[in-house]
Amino acid sequence: MKKIVILGAGTAGTMMANKLRKALDREEWAITIVDQFKTHYYQPGFLFIPFGIYQKEDVIKPKADFIPAGVNMIYSSIDRIEGDANKVHLEGGQVLNYDFLIVATGTKTNPDETPGLKDKLWYKEIFDFYTIDGALALQKFLKGWEGGKLVMAITELPYKCPVAPLEFVFLADAYFTELGMRDKVEIAYVTPMPGAFTKPVATKMLSELLAEKNIEVIPDFYIERVDNDQKKLISYDEKEIDFDVLTVVPVNMGDEMIERSGLGDDLNFVPTDKHTLQSVAHENIFVLGDASNIPTSKAGSVAHFAADILFENLMSAIEGRPLHAKFDGHANCYIETGFGKGALIDFNYDTEPLPGTFPLPGIGPFGLLKNTKINHYGKVMFRWIYWHILLKGKELPVEPLMTMAGKKKVN
Amino acid sequence: MAEKTFAGKTVEVTAEGYLVNKSDWSKEVAAEMAKEDGIDLTDKHYEVLDYLREQEASGASLTIRKVGKSGIVDIKGLYELFPGGPLKLSSKYAGISKPASCV
Repeated sequence: MKKIVILGAGTAGTMMANKLRKALDREEWAITIVDQFKTHYYQPGFLFIPFGIYQKEDVIKPKADFIPAGVNMIYSSIDRIEGDANKVHLEGGQVLNYDFLIVATGTKTNPDETPGLKDKLWYKEIFDFYTIDGALALQKFLKGWEGGKLVMAITELPYKCPVAPLEFVFLADAYFTELGMRDKVEIAYVTPMPGAFTKPVATKMLSELLAEKNIEVIPDFYIERVDNDQKKLISYDEKEIDFDVLTVVPVNMGDEMIERSGLGDDLNFVPTDKHTLQSVAHENIFVLGDASNIPTSKAGSVAHFAADILFENLMSAIEGRPLHAKFDGHANCYIETGFGKGALIDFNYDTEPLPGTFPLPGIGPFGLLKNTKINHYGKVMFRWIYWHILLKGKELPVEPLMTMAGKKKVN
Repeated sequence: MAEKTFAGKTVEVTAEGYLVNKSDWSKEVAAEMAKEDGIDLTDKHYEVLDYLREQEASGASLTIRKVGKSGIVDIKGLYELFPGGPLKLSSKYAGISKPASCV
């Protein structure tokens, strides 16, 4: 019996388990998936929790519901991968041997990396919304808040879902407007990047929208520490920003297990061939989703598109053929902009987000880099698609590689 | 593209002043590029530039945090060496591409 082991049963790992179980003969291949947690979180929904749009029960389901029959699910922490011996050591001493390994352990937030972040104001006046606990604590806080300066700050790149902090400030603008207190709230967006987004065309569109909504952008601000007594952000070059309430994207890092395995870079992301999705260190280790260091967004859409490519390459590897499928870094992100509208961006390693239309048979087209109601419905529908189609590895009418159809070139 | 003359040598640069051809780089070119921005390069600056050139040659993507962990200089020190935009400026003087963020 040959063995495939998948580490991590989040979006990426769960999709792969479903795809592989369908494709591979059960008599020939054993598939095992390992995760320490029993709950699957619909992470795109966390964004809506602070504003009371979603509650906790809207974003959680048991992981076991999405693991197909014929896949061995183990709930355990992972000690380390021993790549040279084709072994995974679990906490408690159990050892899993593998022929092929898929690392899908994701990325997580590390507030401890920034001095003063996880201090006496943590979950009192400083929050993240990348964890269920942070999002719920922020919801509770905002219900009783009477106004002041709200600062949304990004500590480090890369981070999961690059558009989420933008969506957060757009939704905050709408939330306070609907409560009739927008005039009592100042909103600032603080980023280490030179602008609201990294790519020029999208930055222009988003900067205009931010200005329209009276949200101040403070670029090139690289946070060194947080002063809890004076409620200030302090940058490495001694600039300061006051806040009354701070929402933050903490430093994102890969799992500590990656570091223990000696497989990570300085942020514990696994060096990965950006086209084949094979780890640089070992031919029989593939990396899917946020755990890799490939230069594209850390987002579910990327994991979804990459899963199709990884699947093809793994099939080739199993049959001893060269790896033909090449990932292009395709990402597709809905951006909630408040008041029932949304924008959509679609891009890859080489093509920045462009305006135009995004064809989707039966539902679309959606407007690219346009602020429309249909884009918002796209995001709303996506939660259903996520639970019922995407995680189960079923086909969606979207091609894994980016297409230029509908896009307009901008000079 | 524009042309500039550094240390008696005419080189092609991008609109933002980055070298188009990495082979045009020399310590003297770096020094004159930095001088334009009012920075006098010291040995410490050159250590950072060498580190960046090595890292880029090995295909690694560069971040301020990574340079801060290099053992050459911490992040604070990097800001002191290259005030305003440490990675952007040091990459420019190192003759490598403008740091791209892959969001």
